[in-house]
Amino acid sequence: MLESYIKERLKTKKILLMTHIVMGYPSFDASYEIVRQMVEAGVDLMELQIPFSEPMADGPVILHANQKAIEEGSTVQGCFEFAQRVAQEFSIPFLFMSYANILYKYGMERFSDRMAKINLKGAIVPDLPPEEGKDYLLAMAKNNLSPIYIFSPETSEERMGYIGSFAQGFVYCLARKGVTGKTTSFSTDLADYLGRCRKATPLPLAVGFGVKDKADIDFLKGKADIAVIGSQTIRVVEEKGTAAIGSFIRSLV
Amino acid sequence: MKNRGYYGDFGGAYLPEILVATFDELEARFEQIKQDPNFWKTYVALMSSYSCRPTPLTFAQNLTDHFGGAKIYIKREDLNHTGAHKLNNVMGQGLLVQKMGKKRVIAETGAGQHGVACATMAAKFGFDCTIYMGEVDVIRQRPNVFWMEQLGATVVPVTDGTRILKDAINEAFRDWVSHMDTTHYVLGTACGPHPFPEMVTYFQSIIGLEARRQILEIEGRLPKRVYACVGGGSNAMGLFSGFSNDPVELVGVEAGGRGLSTGLHASRLKSDDASPGIAQGYKTYFLQDDDGQMKETHSISAGLDYVGVSPILADMHDKGLARFESATDDEVIAALKLTMQKEGIIPALESSHAFALAFKEAPGLSKEDIIIINQSGRGDKDIFTVADAFDDPKWKEFIRTKAEQYHA
Repeated sequence: MLESYIKERLKTKKILLMTHIVMGYPSFDASYEIVRQMVEAGVDLMELQIPFSEPMADGPVILHANQKAIEEGSTVQGCFEFAQRVAQEFSIPFLFMSYANILYKYGMERFSDRMAKINLKGAIVPDLPPEEGKDYLLAMAKNNLSPIYIFSPETSEERMGYIGSFAQGFVYCLARKGVTGKTTSFSTDLADYLGRCRKATPLPLAVGFGVKDKADIDFLKGKADIAVIGSQTIRVVEEKGTAAIGSFIRSLV
Repeated sequence: MKNRGYYGDFGGAYLPEILVATFDELEARFEQIKQDPNFWKTYVALMSSYSCRPTPLTFAQNLTDHFGGAKIYIKREDLNHTGAHKLNNVMGQGLLVQKMGKKRVIAETGAGQHGVACATMAAKFGFDCTIYMGEVDVIRQRPNVFWMEQLGATVVPVTDGTRILKDAINEAFRDWVSHMDTTHYVLGTACGPHPFPEMVTYFQSIIGLEARRQILEIEGRLPKRVYACVGGGSNAMGLFSGFSNDPVELVGVEAGGRGLSTGLHASRLKSDDASPGIAQGYKTYFLQDDDGQMKETHSISAGLDYVGVSPILADMHDKGLARFESATDDEVIAALKLTMQKEGIIPALESSHAFALAFKEAPGLSKEDIIIINQSGRGDKDIFTVADAFDDPKWKEFIRTKAEQYHA
């Protein structure tokens, strides 16, 4: 189970690192090389995003990566094959991240059956709140997969409790309003909010949106269990090439 | 998130968590105003003093004679302030924004009519205003961009995706998730997450309520059919909601582009190319591929060039409560020409879709039958597109001369 893996790992590490890639951006070969380096550099778990043409919750960097990946021929089938390969070759847990339509078109049950078959551990679907997720939740439960849910600074305590009742694995806490890849101020407000999240759920907490360097991750130590690096790794690849990823990850921990 | 806003299988609220609280507040406010009889009175009073409501229902004598079939009436939303039905929705939401105490509005726009209406409302109510518009539409509809900016709005060209209406909607959502404390997103059509489809229909229903009353006053009986173009579906929902309990056939006309068989169109309900999907916060028929990636759409009219359609119309389609057809770019241009020549009325390219289908069907109806066409907007905004479609040599000459003047 994802949750027990995370808790076990936390016995030896103060904070875990989760990274994110858009599968097929800039190519599947490059994606593979990025995953390989990330795992080698000590990443604890990874989000594999299946690109979608309308990624509403993503900012410019990941939006562009989604579009480019689709243009370059990244299909859902191709993403499943890619995920199967990395989940086979590397021992860390992999999660899917995508938007509701990708799962809906594939068929919720068929999608999660196939996820289980290739040994993925869970999924993050930002535009599928629990209220709309009945079929999804059933299919994930059937396959013993973790539906990862999201808290935001706007989420009331009551609603945190409600979401927590569906969440498995860990809860993804948005560090701030807005979309991915913009600046976040790591402040006492954030610490207070993470305190509220901690009270609302016994699950491990991941923090993402705007986490970009060692200082940010150091701030999160003791307040969260997993730091999520998303847009920043895409920026590093765009600016310095895939070869720079390993050293970037090592600079964080 | 109590009422999920489902119409059959369609609708819902597929919201990122960050927006849930904002939608809860919006829904609560909307429920409040629906219960408050004074709100509707305030709204109608505003629309009759600031705009030209009720808009006339014009009998098109010459077109009726020309086709020799049904009596043709035109509901004149083009005479609404800012030249389209869009203002109905925008002023209603503006009143709601005042109640919520927010100071900034954002909107997407395709043809630019909704953007102009929103900029107008923002100027009147003293709100800051940002309009997102696909880069392709900015080029197609430059005059509207000019007016939005003169009205004090910031127009942001959207360069992502297909650079048209759907991309402008995505960008407006991205703005909203960053600024929902101060900002209301004035969605322009009966799409998006609940409560937007219902709320936009509520404000636009003023069209159908007026049209029904007017035709009964003039003719003493109901029309056989009513026609409206369908992009997102707000003008169609507005007209249809006046006749939904009557034995009146409701006909929606989608953008057939270069023909349904070419794939270059924006027909979600008439063509077989669309399938149910979830995007932009709601479930409906989308023009998408087998993976669920949205396709490019094509229409001569920016306002109908959209991959999704109102979930309420999608449900009416499946239940057979309305009929959906399409009109091609060429048919639309011909209908526009004929309407100008016969009636001295210039419908927008969007509205001309409804005219094109009504013209096709009118001769087959009896002289006793009445039909109403919704002229959702006026066509002079489309002067560049229409002049190109007419291939007018004098217009080209004018543009050349004008361009030379700017070089001087």
